[in-house]
Amino acid sequence: MSALFKQDEVGKIKSGKEAWQEQLQKKPAGPRSGKETFTTVSGKEIGPLYTPVDIKDFDYTDKLGFPGQYPFTRGVQASMYRGRPWTMRMFAGLGSAEETNERFHYLVSQGQTGLSTAFDMPTLMGYDTDDPKASGECGKCGVAIDTLKDMEILFDGLPVDKLTASMTINPPAPVLWAMYIATAEKRGIPREKLGGTIQNDMLKEFIAQKTFMCPPEPSMRLIVDTIEFGTLEVPRWNTISISGYHIREAGSTAVQELAFTLADGIAYVQAAIERGLDVDAFAPRLSFFFNSHVDFFEEIAKYRAARRMWADIMKNRFKAKSERSLWLRFHTQTAGCSLTAQQPFNNVVRTTVEALAAVLGGTQSLHTNSFDEVLAIPTEEAATIALRTQQILAEETGVANTIDPLGGSYFVESLTDQMERAACEYINKIDDMGGMLKAIERDYPQMEIADAAYSFQRDFDEQKKIMVGVNKYVVDEEIPVDIYQTDEALEDRQLARTNEVKNNRDQKRAEECLERLGEACSGKENVMPCLIEAASAYATLQEMCDVFRKVFGIYRDPGTF
Amino acid sequence: MARKIRILVAKPGLDGHDRGARIIARAFREAGFEVIYTGLHQTPEQIVSAAIQEDVDLIGLSSLAAAHLYLFQKVIDLLKTEGADDIMLVGGGIIPEKDIGKLKAVGVREIFPPGSSLEAIVDWVHKNVKPR
Repeated sequence: MSALFKQDEVGKIKSGKEAWQEQLQKKPAGPRSGKETFTTVSGKEIGPLYTPVDIKDFDYTDKLGFPGQYPFTRGVQASMYRGRPWTMRMFAGLGSAEETNERFHYLVSQGQTGLSTAFDMPTLMGYDTDDPKASGECGKCGVAIDTLKDMEILFDGLPVDKLTASMTINPPAPVLWAMYIATAEKRGIPREKLGGTIQNDMLKEFIAQKTFMCPPEPSMRLIVDTIEFGTLEVPRWNTISISGYHIREAGSTAVQELAFTLADGIAYVQAAIERGLDVDAFAPRLSFFFNSHVDFFEEIAKYRAARRMWADIMKNRFKAKSERSLWLRFHTQTAGCSLTAQQPFNNVVRTTVEALAAVLGGTQSLHTNSFDEVLAIPTEEAATIALRTQQILAEETGVANTIDPLGGSYFVESLTDQMERAACEYINKIDDMGGMLKAIERDYPQMEIADAAYSFQRDFDEQKKIMVGVNKYVVDEEIPVDIYQTDEALEDRQLARTNEVKNNRDQKRAEECLERLGEACSGKENVMPCLIEAASAYATLQEMCDVFRKVFGIYRDPGTF
Repeated sequence: MARKIRILVAKPGLDGHDRGARIIARAFREAGFEVIYTGLHQTPEQIVSAAIQEDVDLIGLSSLAAAHLYLFQKVIDLLKTEGADDIMLVGGGIIPEKDIGKLKAVGVREIFPPGSSLEAIVDWVHKNVKPR
């Protein structure tokens, strides 16, 4: 035990605080009444002053410990950024594989330290460019990938054995991962050497981001297949990025983001254990992904609470023994939904504050949004400013010099504790429903988020929540930025390339591979080896996804609001 | 009593961003309109067919994944083909300034870009849409 405060001292401080509050009531010092409530962007009420009274039983060892030690509140690694700065990983994907490859090379030349791929909508949903459902969407909000050929071009000339690559891909995640492995192996790089991440988090798709293909149960099966395969054959790969980002963007509060993300994590760990995997064999490769919204302290408290909660969940609920299994390692992206189309240069400032919160919260990797991301795919210039924002934080400001610099702040510790308690309540509720899959079937997290989103919108309309340039300090303006334009001829070029690949491949081999994939899906065999075979035989993304759809069925949005 | 204004809120294409569509559907319902929400991933054909079947006065399309020019045009064309172009069409979402003019020129009555208030959108409907 190492209680920070002696209780008689706390008593004195409490009387002191009461006297101060009385003084406050008597003498309002400014135009405000002093009686207004102040809330976070999530609507959580914040007090005027925090003192030891707010964390009176605070036990240093139990609550904080040391970086790299249970409960990891202060960080997962002992040395944190003094050992290794966070990975600067800018999410990029535009138009064709060639164009995106060019952007990757540019970002690496400018000091980016990891790759992150944005796919276009058809790829995200498991359709080839030639499907009627894909009409008009090729390359519009990311890169179009139909076959291994596109993947080869996308990563051409990039050292995939040295740089880690992240792919934001969900229902077709096993397919894109198979293509990545096949691409690397064609270049002579064995799968054991590959490091990277596939997002592969379907639960949050049903809850928030809404790119879906098959129903929840078979989606879980495919995810466990990838976890199992990664554990055995691609040991440096993060087979899932359990994501709160999209939950938050869909309008959740910070607590909901925290709670639903960890509840999703619990469901994946449970499913992998049920498959017969040893928790300590796979848990170290689970990774997380959080939003950094504009409410600075709330975000920092969220990351600290997340680490402490996950360590507890893994240790006590799942009986993990290995220290690495207890680590909540996470990527952060600044909040897209906090940006404004109006006066877009202001977004640089928002993103800087959000990036700072992520760094002070101990993120392992970071994407900073470009100021024009609210208007279109970022231009090279805008993406460069966003990358420079991270470099300035890392190398000029000194904020990464010491670990968890806000640890011990009465306010931040109190807020961290409160977030933990509120998120635990949600997790208990979801446990009572029978776990996250059951909760999703009941539309529970979806409607909690819809309520929070609606409530924020109402507050925004009533100017209880301010967005500068949108509902306050509004000006008449012509949007002063050049925005990225997708090449209109791209779709035709992509169609031509996919046709050429199909015409030149060994058709019989491709068909056999797809047939084998169907058998694996119908039975219990892990689908990954079949997918790598099929990708190498230049079967298309949709041909493989159609096998999933045929065997597992298609999920449709219930459309509630 | 006059019948209520009927509105179809729809998400065309593969885009999954439904925060705005669901908020606006709720705001329309609270404003006393009858609201039908298609759910995600609807083709223009499905949207037009739902609009006709549900006999709506207004379609509100939401797009945040940059395929608005193609998809909105497709909905307009299909409404004409089906002889249902008296159903008014509006849109919202991430739609760059330069595209707003193009969309209005082909018959989209209004575009509500990011930052539009619910009150302003509901007012617009009251002023511009009459039950058919």
